[in-house]
Amino acid sequence: MVPLSYYLVLSGILFACGVTGFLIKRNIITIFMSIELMLNGVNLSFVAFAAHWHAIGGELRGIVPLSGQVFVFFVMVVAAAEAAVGLAIIIAVYRTRETLNVDQVNLLKL
Amino acid sequence: MTPTLNLWLIPILPLAGAAINGFFGKKSSRTAVSTIALVFCGAAFVWALSVAWRFSSLPLPHQEYLAHWIRSGSFVADFAFYLDPLSLVMLLVVTGVGFLIHIYSVGYMWDDPGYYRFFSYLNLFMFFMLTLVLANNYLVMFIGWEGVGLASYLLIGFWFTKDSAASAGKKAFIVNRIGDFGFLIGLFLLIQHFGSLNFTQVFDGVTHLTHGAGTETLLTTIGILLMVGACGKSAQIPLYVWLPDAMEGPTPVSALIHAATMVTAGVYMVARSHVIFERAPLALTVVAIIGTLTALFAATIGITQTDIKKVLAYSTVSQLGYMFMACGVGAFSAGIFHLMTHAFFKGLLFLGAGSVIHAVGGEQDMRKMGGLRSYIPWTFLTMGTATLAIAGIPPFAGFFSKDEILWKAYQQNWVYWLIGVITAFITSFYMFRLLFMTFWGDYHGIQVDKHGHRHAAHGHDGHGHGEPHESPMVMLVPLIILALLSVVGGLVGIGNRFEHFLAPVFSSGEVAKAAGETASRGIELLLMGVSVAVALLGAWLAYVLYVSKPYLPQKVADSFGSFYGAVLNKYYVDELYATLFVKPLVDGSTRILWQGVDRKVIDDSINDAADGARHVSDNVRHMQSGNLRSYAGWIAAGSAVVIAYMIWLGVGR
Repeated sequence: MVPLSYYLVLSGILFACGVTGFLIKRNIITIFMSIELMLNGVNLSFVAFAAHWHAIGGELRGIVPLSGQVFVFFVMVVAAAEAAVGLAIIIAVYRTRETLNVDQVNLLKL
Repeated sequence: MTPTLNLWLIPILPLAGAAINGFFGKKSSRTAVSTIALVFCGAAFVWALSVAWRFSSLPLPHQEYLAHWIRSGSFVADFAFYLDPLSLVMLLVVTGVGFLIHIYSVGYMWDDPGYYRFFSYLNLFMFFMLTLVLANNYLVMFIGWEGVGLASYLLIGFWFTKDSAASAGKKAFIVNRIGDFGFLIGLFLLIQHFGSLNFTQVFDGVTHLTHGAGTETLLTTIGILLMVGACGKSAQIPLYVWLPDAMEGPTPVSALIHAATMVTAGVYMVARSHVIFERAPLALTVVAIIGTLTALFAATIGITQTDIKKVLAYSTVSQLGYMFMACGVGAFSAGIFHLMTHAFFKGLLFLGAGSVIHAVGGEQDMRKMGGLRSYIPWTFLTMGTATLAIAGIPPFAGFFSKDEILWKAYQQNWVYWLIGVITAFITSFYMFRLLFMTFWGDYHGIQVDKHGHRHAAHGHDGHGHGEPHESPMVMLVPLIILALLSVVGGLVGIGNRFEHFLAPVFSSGEVAKAAGETASRGIELLLMGVSVAVALLGAWLAYVLYVSKPYLPQKVADSFGSFYGAVLNKYYVDELYATLFVKPLVDGSTRILWQGVDRKVIDDSINDAADGARHVSDNVRHMQSGNLRSYAGWIAAGSAVVIAYMIWLGVGR
């Protein structure tokens, strides 16, 4: 069986990739993808922990069965909704500003 | 079970009057305002009379409990009333004279735009004064004490648009605060050592203290502190300076508050605390010395004053000195007796002076009066009576009370008596001087102008008039009643009846009493003769100087030279206080407190804090760049720090 720490390290790497991408990229679409990456990194840790608790009999110690997996579904649903709204906004931004560079989308700046 | 007299009604009635007039008086007619004021004040008087009627059947002292006030641990101070012969006398004097002056004010203040305000304040004063005399503990007494100070302030500054009146009000209030400071410390000492401020408990405690140096020091300290309070309220040296200035108020106020009632509160308080003073001979001596000196000092100033009300003001200070002299030699009942007769004749003198001022159209300078005898005969007659009374001519009221005091003073120490007699001479002189300058000779005043009113250039009480003319009946009736009281008021003292009436209060032993019985009757008669003689002498001297040879006073004044100047300027006491206390205080406040503490410390620290906030935010502002990725960077960095901290916590455990 693959140890829990492997999954956590992978999850951490995915999250870090997401953060880095978010910080260094200027294209909104890429930033969006980075966010998805972070979410999925977190999802991975959720399911990893859920499986781990199941494996060591956590249900007997009061852990609600499948709660980790259910959370992942929640995250996915929210991510899908966010993608739908976010992409719509991106299209609207592109139509008005004709750019996807976030540094040039600074209308709210004083 | 003692019968309940509903004593609380007596102070509450004037309060109700004050409230009604204060809240609704502005829209009501003058008739309504005066009706309310008179009804409520009169009701208090009637109730006081009914209390006096049932008084003889009461077990003394009669105490009535009204409501809880302070109950903290073992310390209790309730709204409760205390009735004994002493408070009964005060009660009758305050309500009786107060009611008469209310009636008088209806006529005197009729033309004033602040009519309703005046009566509201006057009733408010009655409430506080009655609280003061009826209190059964020092704390409730202190409410009344401060309250009459407030009413006095409001009424001195009644014509507050006039600068001098406003500052006179402030002066009275501030000088009284100095006295109250001493009074309060005295009360704190009482609480500390007796755990109570109730008269009965404190006096019990004092009576049961063991003899010894410590006890005496304590009681002397308390006594002197109480005397400081009394000095402020009753205008004794060194705190008398506010009373002459208080004459800026309307004349009925001077009569009621600054002659008949409020200023006697100090005497009442000292007499009430007689148990403390009797155990503290040194404090008593201080009281006697202060009283004697004040009597003489103020009387001499009274000689030179030309403002009719100022003469009476200094006379009041001087007569209060007599009362303190009486208390100081242990003759408390004589002091209270003089308090009562003084309330009659001094109230009358002030009301008469008001009537004179009214007659000559607001003029207060006696040099511009004269010859008023024929214009205002009733005022002349009543004021003449009062002058005879205050000068101590028998059988008028002042003779009995003043003589009682002088007799008791003689038994204690002949020096007090001598100064007292000299003061009696001066008193007689300046009072007859006032009478002669005002009513004899030719009228020097301003005649009517074409429009039937004079310009109020000098006017304090700005009534418009032409020829001097008699006041309306509503003002004359109180004058006449007070004149009758000034004539017969002293008779209650014949055969020591007044003293016997008050004996239950002061029964713990008047200091001078034992000596009094041994001294011979002959000396008493001799002293009586001396005081009558000096009174007549003073009157004669005044007659010579101001009626038969009116050119003489100026010569006499010139021959005294700089001394006359000093007396004319009230011994420069105001100037002295200004240099010694007021100026350093103002300078210190300006330089240290205002420029130093307020500007440099408080203002600067706040300005610096504001500047600092602006600098910091100027810098922090740049973080809000509008750059999305920098925000994200801050969030990432922040969460990294939080996570690092949590990991550190987890590992550290």
